[in-house]
Amino acid sequence: MELTLRVWRQAGPNAPGKFEDYQAKDVSPDMSFLEMLDFVNEDLIRQGKEPITFEHDCREGICGCCGTMVNGKAHGGFEGTTLCQVHMRHFKNGDTIIVEPWRSRVFPVLKDLMVDRSPFDKILHAGGYVSVNVGGAPDANAIPISPNAQDTAMDAAQCIGCGACVAACPNGSAMLFVSAKVSHLDVLPQGKVETVRRTRAMIAKMDELGFGNCTNHAECEMACPKKISISHIARANRSFWRALFSHES
Amino acid sequence: MVRRLDMVLSSIGKKELMALSGLGFIGFLVAHLAGNFTILSGAEALDGYAAKLEALGPLVWVAEAGMVTMALVHVLVGITLVVRNLQARGQRYAMKKSEGGRTIGSRTMWLTGPWILVFVGIHLAQFTFPHKLTEEAPALSKLVAEQLSDPIWAGYYVVTMLILALHVSHGFWSAFQTLGAAPSRSGYLRDTAVLLAFVFGAGFSLLAFMVFNVPDLLK
Repeated sequence: MELTLRVWRQAGPNAPGKFEDYQAKDVSPDMSFLEMLDFVNEDLIRQGKEPITFEHDCREGICGCCGTMVNGKAHGGFEGTTLCQVHMRHFKNGDTIIVEPWRSRVFPVLKDLMVDRSPFDKILHAGGYVSVNVGGAPDANAIPISPNAQDTAMDAAQCIGCGACVAACPNGSAMLFVSAKVSHLDVLPQGKVETVRRTRAMIAKMDELGFGNCTNHAECEMACPKKISISHIARANRSFWRALFSHES
Repeated sequence: MVRRLDMVLSSIGKKELMALSGLGFIGFLVAHLAGNFTILSGAEALDGYAAKLEALGPLVWVAEAGMVTMALVHVLVGITLVVRNLQARGQRYAMKKSEGGRTIGSRTMWLTGPWILVFVGIHLAQFTFPHKLTEEAPALSKLVAEQLSDPIWAGYYVVTMLILALHVSHGFWSAFQTLGAAPSRSGYLRDTAVLLAFVFGAGFSLLAFMVFNVPDLLK
């Protein structure tokens, strides 16, 4: 099939950007979205033009590198799917597809469709870890953990840090990401002991970086390729109250 | 102490202030709507109710001080949140569609909020201040009947109550989510918010409509 791609092109972080149109010919419906971009890029290289820069790594939906706004929705808006797992069969011959990088003041565009998501790393550096000595690996089942807690921690730990939540949020808030990290560690016994310090540090860092405030639209949950629920945001809000009234320094 | 203050002024802290003051207003609206239903029993019932409220004396002052504090918190914190949210996006999207989470209530909070604020100012000027400021103000029932017999004012009241309902349809649920009490995106709190919005919207509008349509109601 043949498609028109309207892609955001920007030479560097401080360069002005603009949309440019490209014709993608002979696109197979079996191609993934990223393979289609590769295909267009090969054509651009053959013509001696600068290929479209986009971030990618595993191409199997677990690394969090890929992800742009496709036709106004994060990762194209397919339920629980990263962009690399979206196939061209979802599009029709003759479609025009608008491809735009995540827009957030905190995630500046580095080049074309690639943004700097390192602010997520900074939030993790602030508190997204366990620093108490938990000793050697214990026998299985030596520390009882309820199936509920296991499920919650596992659901939260699915976050791949792709940034779709921030990109889709009308307020550019990072609460789904932060709350997933807080939940993931808070519900497990090894992480629970540091909940007060962690919650305080991660919220402070999130605010310092300039993310927006959550207003509970739930756009993030709908956009998340790992279907992380905003019930984690409610849990992080509970951790906030615990941290607020804690005597821990 | 400094750390506590930092936390209260953090993004989540400000949201908690919005949630608590918002829920306070919901409580006020429930009492206000219940009180307004005295209109259906006629002018004497309404004026009697108003007189009983005023007779509470210092309690009224405490309640009013609380309301003013909640209003200041809700408005000022709300403005700082909106400003910050606008800054956080930076460049707008050329094309952005809803992912399916937003509701008409949630996407209009920034419009319905200021509308309600302006309404509250007008509403206080029409019904509350005449009694507070002058001794010989006409009875409340007279003020209400006069104001709502005008089709433009009656229409303004009804439209505003529908806007209030929109605000509550997101605000009530959102407050519990922010306080950490909501179990999920959907669920009973969401339904309760819509129900409450309907009760406020329909209840207050019905009374305005009745006063407008039944001229003898408040005689």
